[in-house]
Amino acid sequence: MWLAFISMLIEPLQSEFIRNAIGVSIMIGVLCPVVGTYLIVQRMALMGDVMAHCVLPGLSIAAFFGVDRSIGAFVSSMFGSFFVTWVRSQSRVKVDSAMALTFSTFFAIGVTLITLLKNKLDLDRFLFGDILTVTLNDIYATAAIAIVILGAVYLFYKELLYYTFDATGAEAVGLPIKWLHLGLMAGITLTIITSMQVVGVLLVIALLIGPALTAYLVTQELHHMMFLGSGIGIVSSLMGIYLSYYLNLPSGPAIVLVSSSLFMLTFLFTTRSTFFKGTKHSH
Amino acid sequence: MLEVQEVSVNYGSGQGLDPVSFKIFPGEMVGVMGPNGAGKSTMIKALLGLVPVSGGQVRYCTCPLHQQLEKVAYVPQRSQIDWDYPATVQTVVSLAVTRQLGWFRRSSVATNTAIQRAMKRVNIWDLRDRRIGNLSGGQQQRVFLARALAQDAEILLFDEPFTGVDATTEDILFRVFAELRNEGKILIISSHEWGSHLAEGLTSLDRLLLLNRELIASGTPREVMTRENLQLAYGRVWTHAFHGDGKDDDLFC
Repeated sequence: MWLAFISMLIEPLQSEFIRNAIGVSIMIGVLCPVVGTYLIVQRMALMGDVMAHCVLPGLSIAAFFGVDRSIGAFVSSMFGSFFVTWVRSQSRVKVDSAMALTFSTFFAIGVTLITLLKNKLDLDRFLFGDILTVTLNDIYATAAIAIVILGAVYLFYKELLYYTFDATGAEAVGLPIKWLHLGLMAGITLTIITSMQVVGVLLVIALLIGPALTAYLVTQELHHMMFLGSGIGIVSSLMGIYLSYYLNLPSGPAIVLVSSSLFMLTFLFTTRSTFFKGTKHSH
Repeated sequence: MLEVQEVSVNYGSGQGLDPVSFKIFPGEMVGVMGPNGAGKSTMIKALLGLVPVSGGQVRYCTCPLHQQLEKVAYVPQRSQIDWDYPATVQTVVSLAVTRQLGWFRRSSVATNTAIQRAMKRVNIWDLRDRRIGNLSGGQQQRVFLARALAQDAEILLFDEPFTGVDATTEDILFRVFAELRNEGKILIISSHEWGSHLAEGLTSLDRLLLLNRELIASGTPREVMTRENLQLAYGRVWTHAFHGDGKDDDLFC
């Protein structure tokens, strides 16, 4: 039985595209929860979704001018996050409305530009991702981005902790909170761009938030949340790919559904134990 | 000496703070009092440059204060913080040494000792591994007090430290404030109520600033807590105040 199980695990590895897919998804599985942790503790989860949608105009323009699409996507997404901050700070408009307006506008601009500029962008692939088209170069690019972001999180951990926990206090001791915020936004944007090819724009938020949120339910410290989140992220990615291979499911949604199932399991388990504790206390 | 000269804040639409000036010497404990929305938090934030000021300057030992923020410990209002943040008591107190350690360094023997001593001083050492969300309001306030102590600052600013805290924490706050004053620190403590149970704290203040969008009065608590001043600040008649006859009435506001 074990042999059959192991051969089931090994069999897909014989094809190069699955090996590439697994390589990238392990890296994304680690990176997304680490970055997503900051989104969650800053109550900015939906901002990740906004930034993901905001990449589209940049992709289209970069494709038109023959520039690297990632650069276009990065600039466009950062511009989207600045736009939200600007609208919020200059008016009485609240953040949820500013985000809804921004992501829908940027998305509309993107779709319009794709038509006007006659881009050969595959909108389906952009929206839903296609992990099975990952090349060796994509793996190298993802590895480079993951090393830079995880390295920065390691080096600036205590400053980012201070800023995300108590921004006013961090500013009061003289930490450069504008740069920390900018760095965080840049890290989030790069993570989104890297993860897009795996799960697509519509589902990238699930990978950023899902595993980290599951870890949030059971951990006491920020770095524990990152480590456990990364473990859950890797498990979700791998299980998703195998499910997609054997059940012929689309890979992005399969990964997201595994991640969400793990959240629901943990959620039910933690609320049940709280419930039982409560019952015990009442006696 | 901390010297505040004509510092004002303008948020537009009539909100803000009219020019405020005062001086505080080392070893002085100054209370800031006024109704909710009087600009107490705004003034404290303005001193540190955390809100854009429309005029004036704040100097400490002749240099602008915002250039020497490492000498300042600021304790924000508890309500400003998300207490569901995944962090333990020890982690939050450890934030105190972030600036001191500088970039890239995690900890040192000296900082660990300072953190441990600060936690013991406010009786939260036993709670060090507890998640901050599982603490009572008073314990949370003590975590922030320990963070301020571990910073070893020369100027300490507390924004509404008495709000929603238990009697034990109140006692610890007053004890630590008195110790800090004896150590020659400058303390600024805001509270919307220096009420009946805080009367002891009120009398221990060296000076009181009464605020309502402008500085209404400044002086010893006895000089400031007059019926006229309180009426100006709170807009209604107060039956409890110092009467200047040497007899202390209930000092609630």
